[in-house]
Amino acid sequence: MAENNVVTFLPVLPNGELVGSAAGLLGAAGRLGSPVAVIVAAPGQGQAAAAAAGTFGAQRVYLAETPQTQSVLTAPALEAVAAAVGATGAEAVLVPNDVDGRDIAGRLAVRLPAAVAADAVGIARDAEGNVVHHSVYGSAYTTESAPTHGTLIVTLREGAVDERAQAAEPTVETLEVPEAGSAAAEITGFSENLQASTRPDLRSAATVVSGGRGLGSAEGFALAEQLADELGGGLGASRAAVDAGYAPNSYQVGQTGVTVSADLYIALGISGAVQHQAGMQSAKTIVAINKDPEAPIFDIADFGIVGDAFDVVPQLITRLKERAGGGS
Amino acid sequence: MKIAVLVKEVPDSYGERKLDTTTGLADRGASDRVIDEITARAVEAAVSYADSAQDAEVVLVTMGPESAESMLRKTLAMGADSACHISDEALTGADLGLSAEVLAAALRRIGFDLVIAGDVSSDGTGGLLPTMLAQRLGVAHLTSLDSAQISETEVSGERGTYGGTVSLRADLPAVVSVTERMPDPRFPGFKGIMSAKKKPLETLTAADLGVDAQADVPRSIMLSVTQAPARTAGTKVTDEGEAGTQLADYLAEKRLV
Ligand SMILES: Cc1cc2nc3c(=O)[nH]c(=O)nc-3n(C[C@H](O)[C@H](O)[C@H](O)COP(=O)(O)OP(=O)(O)OC[C@H]3O[C@@H](n4cnc5c(N)ncnc54)[C@H](O)[C@@H]3O)c2cc1C
Ligand SMILES: Cc1cc2nc3c(=O)[nH]c(=O)nc-3n(C[C@H](O)[C@H](O)[C@H](O)COP(=O)(O)OP(=O)(O)OC[C@H]3O[C@@H](n4cnc5c(N)ncnc54)[C@H](O)[C@@H]3O)c2cc1C
Repeated sequence: MAENNVVTFLPVLPNGELVGSAAGLLGAAGRLGSPVAVIVAAPGQGQAAAAAAGTFGAQRVYLAETPQTQSVLTAPALEAVAAAVGATGAEAVLVPNDVDGRDIAGRLAVRLPAAVAADAVGIARDAEGNVVHHSVYGSAYTTESAPTHGTLIVTLREGAVDERAQAAEPTVETLEVPEAGSAAAEITGFSENLQASTRPDLRSAATVVSGGRGLGSAEGFALAEQLADELGGGLGASRAAVDAGYAPNSYQVGQTGVTVSADLYIALGISGAVQHQAGMQSAKTIVAINKDPEAPIFDIADFGIVGDAFDVVPQLITRLKERAGGGS
Repeated sequence: MKIAVLVKEVPDSYGERKLDTTTGLADRGASDRVIDEITARAVEAAVSYADSAQDAEVVLVTMGPESAESMLRKTLAMGADSACHISDEALTGADLGLSAEVLAAALRRIGFDLVIAGDVSSDGTGGLLPTMLAQRLGVAHLTSLDSAQISETEVSGERGTYGGTVSLRADLPAVVSVTERMPDPRFPGFKGIMSAKKKPLETLTAADLGVDAQADVPRSIMLSVTQAPARTAGTKVTDEGEAGTQLADYLAEKRLV
């Protein structure tokens, strides 16, 4: 499988840095063949991202620098990915399962045409071809899918693949992005999220602490923040906490939010509705602190505490600090 | 102005959702079937615009089993004008590509200025169909909008992205998809429910739309389905003043801190 090229779209942040999903995408691509990265960035911002893609295992990078990334939705990235697929004859195309990745995948699937494997948690290659693994219905089932024929397009769940490809010295080829081939929405503005978080990304963090409506207020939600920071973990929330304004949308864990891939998940003041469980029940160890002994979260918790989070968590933090400080 | 809203019937996530481990198909008998909440928000966006507009017509469109008809009737009561139900045994287990082909053909037949969909289904979780439709229909897409403004000639809105929020706009016709940050769907009143009974509801097959479900084009197929072992409860303690310390020790013992 010498020349089995796997085209991998790597989104970049407004400052030109690669988004955190890059390492997992290239790791997954490496399982199928030779990772070929596609990077679309504003003029002057692509080279650093291309070099970073090499450290994550890209063998080749197609780089398109165009001011259109800031003014036209999807089309520049779509054209770049389509050009890379054309140039490499790729058997598979990987994009992150985020809004931009899905838009590229959807249009490309119709254009090629090609089958799409949605929300994949893993990919492998066997004698018959590429096989995609999914975790569906809130982790209640695992499934395997494959395309009948043709190129395979995969939207990969962020944080799901731990495998990393070996660093490479990529050849970087510049792509001229043609004018959008079809009608596209215009990007009329961008407002930066100023309080960029220093915490690990919720999707891929090894430890996640989430707060629910039980924390009672935005001030109360700070309890979850303190514990997350003490543990160096990501911060999540239930939909009720997001709806109540304790936490931003992007923190939502569950069926209509993020699916975490954590080793440790700690739920504070969260009842454990099925839709919440859908995003966290595959965590390796689940800890729940809830005042209500009947809360459904206890049915899936490895360690459950019936109690007030405002009593338990401060004591937990004190004890963790003691341990870190060399106490027993 | 004609707005087509893509509504979908899904297994109720409050119940137990099952997949048939032999066929890989959703086990439709296993749980109640309800309108996917996100598509009810899409309907809300359409009817609230229609409430304030001169001549806006709202058409509900779904592809799904026979049972979806009662979902359409219920949803018409929110204030939509008519519904189109694509129901065909040949479409059972349709993948995204076939679903997009069918729905695009239906939308072309119905005619539209704006298509409103949910961002991601609660069962298939693809989040791809709206953009696939935009590509098939040759129009712009504005997906995963947290807010949307509709006018007679254009649609605009905001969506979350890495590091911030982008504002988008496009001339109509266009396809948009909305997130659960959009307003809650209204509860239909008595008048709405009564008038829904008489609203036009058309049922179509794949053949009516000129779609061949067996065509030899690339499809996604399911090779296997396995039920994940159910999670069980572990240790449960009641806090008597020491639970925080106990938890710290538990985490340390399991090398999680
Ligand atoms: C289509 C659909 C999609 C959904 N998607 C999601 C999703 O993605 N994510 C999600 O989370 N939800 C989702 N939901 C909502 C879900 O059904 C629940 O409503 C939600 O998860 C409840 O959040 P909660 O546990 O914070 O609030 P509640 O259910 O109100 O629970 C609060 C808990 O806090 C406990 N408590 C109160 N005070 C304290 C205290 N001082 N210390 C400790 N415990 C305390 C209470 O005993 C209670 O158990 C969805 C619903 C639908 C219909
Ligand atoms: C567990 C599971 C996994 C699946 N995985 C795959 C896969 O990997 N690849 C694949 O090709 N297919 C897959 N399918 C099939 C796929 O779900 C269906 O083709 C479905 O019709 C559309 O995909 P979606 O539900 O993911 O839609 P999404 O793209 O998530 O839907 C977004 C919006 O599109 C509209 N919409 C979606 N479906 C319909 C409909 N039937 N009628 C009207 N409006 C609709 C709604 O407004 C919805 O909110 C899977 C199905 C299941 C149940």
